[in-house]
Amino acid sequence: MHNPQLNKHGELQHLLTLDGLPRDVIASILDHAAPFTEVAEREVKKLPLLRGKSIFNLFFENSTRTRTTFEIAAKRLSADVVNLNVSTSSTSKGESLLDTVDNLCAMQADMFVVRHAASGAPVLIAQHLQANGREHIHVVNAGDGRHAHPTQGLLDMYTIRHYKGDFGNLTVAIVGDVLHSRVARSQIAALTALGVPEIRVIGPKTLFPTGIDKMGVRVFHDMREGLRGVDVVMMLRLQNERMNGALLPTPQEFFKVWGLTAEKLALAKPDAIVMHPGPLNRGIEIDSSVADGAQAVILPQVTFGIAVRMAVMSMLAGQ
Amino acid sequence: MKIRISNGRVIDPANQTDRIEDVFIAEGKIVARGTSPAGFAAERILDADGLIVIPGLIDIAARLREPGFEYRATLESEMEAAMAGGVTSLAIPPDTDPVLDEPGLVEMLCYRAKKLNCAHVYPIGALTLGLAGERLSEMAELVEAGCVAFSQANVPIVDNMVLMRAMQYAATFDFRVWLQPLAPFLSRGGYAHDGELASRLGIPGIPVAAETVALFTYLQLARITGARLHITRLSSAQGLELIKAARADGMNVTCDVSINHLHLCDLDIGYFNTHCHLVPPLRSQLDRDALSNGLAEGHIDALCSDHTPVDDDSKQKPFSESEPGATGLELLLPLTLKWANDNGIALTTALARITANAARLVGITKAGHLSPGARADICIFDPAARTHVSREKLKSQGKNTPFLGLDLPGAVRYTLVEGRLMFER
Repeated sequence: MHNPQLNKHGELQHLLTLDGLPRDVIASILDHAAPFTEVAEREVKKLPLLRGKSIFNLFFENSTRTRTTFEIAAKRLSADVVNLNVSTSSTSKGESLLDTVDNLCAMQADMFVVRHAASGAPVLIAQHLQANGREHIHVVNAGDGRHAHPTQGLLDMYTIRHYKGDFGNLTVAIVGDVLHSRVARSQIAALTALGVPEIRVIGPKTLFPTGIDKMGVRVFHDMREGLRGVDVVMMLRLQNERMNGALLPTPQEFFKVWGLTAEKLALAKPDAIVMHPGPLNRGIEIDSSVADGAQAVILPQVTFGIAVRMAVMSMLAGQ
Repeated sequence: MKIRISNGRVIDPANQTDRIEDVFIAEGKIVARGTSPAGFAAERILDADGLIVIPGLIDIAARLREPGFEYRATLESEMEAAMAGGVTSLAIPPDTDPVLDEPGLVEMLCYRAKKLNCAHVYPIGALTLGLAGERLSEMAELVEAGCVAFSQANVPIVDNMVLMRAMQYAATFDFRVWLQPLAPFLSRGGYAHDGELASRLGIPGIPVAAETVALFTYLQLARITGARLHITRLSSAQGLELIKAARADGMNVTCDVSINHLHLCDLDIGYFNTHCHLVPPLRSQLDRDALSNGLAEGHIDALCSDHTPVDDDSKQKPFSESEPGATGLELLLPLTLKWANDNGIALTTALARITANAARLVGITKAGHLSPGARADICIFDPAARTHVSREKLKSQGKNTPFLGLDLPGAVRYTLVEGRLMFER
C-alpha cells in the first residue's frame, strides 16, 4: 500500500501522521527547526523561504492556538496566508470537503493546513490531490479527529530534545485521555521512532483505546506508580464533554486520581519536565502550582511550535 | 426456445452431482440431463466444453437501491450486473426509501422487476414500520405481496419488547425473521472493528460485543417465541461460536456471511480506504479465518454479496462520514471460486453456499438446482479465465468495492433465466 505522505522518491510530500515516519525524517525536521528559533529573536522576524507561496489554513474545527501558530510560522517564512474557518462557511451550506478543496486549488494554493473533526480527512485530501495530478500541492495535518496531530508531536519532541538532549535513555509518561487524543497517538509514534526505551501511559481504562498495549507502551492505572522515576511527564487535555458521564464520573474525581499535583510530580525524577499541549484545564488535569512551576515547559512548547511548523512548511514547499 | 448445453461439467450441489453431461432446456425449464429427450431439436446449442454449468446463483442480500436511491443505482443497472455475475435470484433487504413496509410498494417493486425480465426478485419486508422498531408491519399482507422474510436491515430494534413481539407475530405464521446482530448502543458512533487498527487510526470502534450481545438476545428471544431465525452477515469468531452452540443445543437457526467478511479484515482499511467501510465492520484476521472455516464446515449456511452500490461522492469522504457498503453482485462467483481455490474446498461444497443452501434460506424450490423440471436458471462459467475488477468493467452503477484492481478466478460466459439467454461473453 502506498504511504500517502511520501512521494515516489520516498521524500516527504505531505505531513499527515508521525506513525510510520522514519526516524531520520523526524530527526531532520527537528534539525531544520533549530535555526528557526533564532529568527524569533531578531528585530526583523522574517525569512524569504516561502515568498510568493499561498498557504490556506483550512480549519473545519475551531482552533485559535494552532491556527495562529501556523499563521505566524507561514508569515515568518514570507508566505501569503489565507485563513478559512470552514466550520462557519461553505460546508455548512452543504459543499463537500473535496469540492471546497478543488475550489481552493483553482485559486492556486500551494499548501493546505487542515484541521478536521474526522480522522483521516487530511489523508483523503492528499489522496485526492494525488489522484488529480495536483501532487505539487502539499497538505499539513493540523489535527484530525483522534488520528494524528503531527506538528504537535514534533514540537513535543523538539522540546524534549531541547531539555534532555538524547532520547536513548528516557522514560516518558503520557497521562490522561489517550482514547480521544490525536496528540497522544502522534507522541507515541514519534517517541517510538526516536528510540525512547520506555513510554508509559497513565489513566483509567475508559480513556484508553482497545489494544493500547500493542502500541508499544506500558500501561499504568495508578498515577503514582506510573510517574515513578520518569524524565518527562506529558499531560493530555481532557475535553469538557467527557468529564461527566459514562467515561468519567466527575472532573473532581479525575483530578483526585490522575491530576498532576506537586506531590505526585515529586515521584518523578527531580529534573523531570512537565509538558501540556494546551489549552490547560487548571484543577482538572493539572494543578496550577505545577503548571506555573519550575519544571513546566508549557510556554516554551508554544514557542518551539512555531519553529517546528516553519521547518515543516519550508521543507515541504521551500525553494 | 429449446437450448442444449453441450459438453459442460455440470455441478449441481443440491443433487450432489458433478459430471460432464448435456443439459436440455425447453419452455423455460430443464427437461433432461445426460441423454436427449425423444424428439428434442435444439434451436441453439451452447458449447460448454471446458466450462462449468451450475444453477444460477442466488444472492440472499442485494440492494438494488430502488425505490429512493436511484442516484446510486437503478433496477436496470443492477439487473445488468446480476446477469453479468450469473446471479438469477435476488433477495432484497427492506432499507429502501421509503422502506419496504407497505404491500403496495412491494408489489410495485416486484412488478418493475418482472417487467425487466431479468433476475427473480424476492423482497424481504420490514419487520417494523419504517424500520423504526416501534410498530409491527403488516406481515401477512406483505407476504401476500411477495415478501419471503422480514428484517430490520442494519437498523437494530432498540426496544427488546417490540423485538420479542415482532418475532412472536412472525412466528404465528411461521414467517422467516432475518436479523443483523448489532446491539444498538454498543455499535452507536462506531465505524470500524474496535481493534488495533482502529485504535491506531483513531476511528471510533465497534466492539465484537455489539455482535455477541445482540446474538444472545436474538437467540434467547427466538427460543421463547419459536421464531424462524436467520442471522445475517456474521462478522466475528465469537458470534459464530454462539451460533454453533445454539445449533448443538438443537436450535434451528441459520446464518450467512458476506464475500467481504470472508476475504477481508480490518487491516485492509489501510490508510482510511472507505471501500472497506462496511456494516458490520471488517474484523480481525482471526475472525475472518473462523468465518471461512465456519462456511466450509457448514456452520454458516450461505455466502452472499451484500451488494450495496454507493455513489462516488458518498465514498469520497472522511472514513467516518462515508456511506458504508460495497458493490458485489458481479464478484459473488469469482470470490466464491477464490475462496474454494485458496482453501482447497471442493467446488460442489463451495457452490452449494451460493445456490442450494441460499435457495433453502429464501424458500425457493423451483431453482437453485438442476433437476429436470427445475426453472432453467443457469450460470455457465469458464474456470480457467480471470475476472479483472475495474470501474470500467463493472456493470453495477456502484463502483465501490475493496476488490478494485484485483484479478479473480473464473468468468461468467452465459447466464440463462427461465431458459432465456440473458448474458453472454
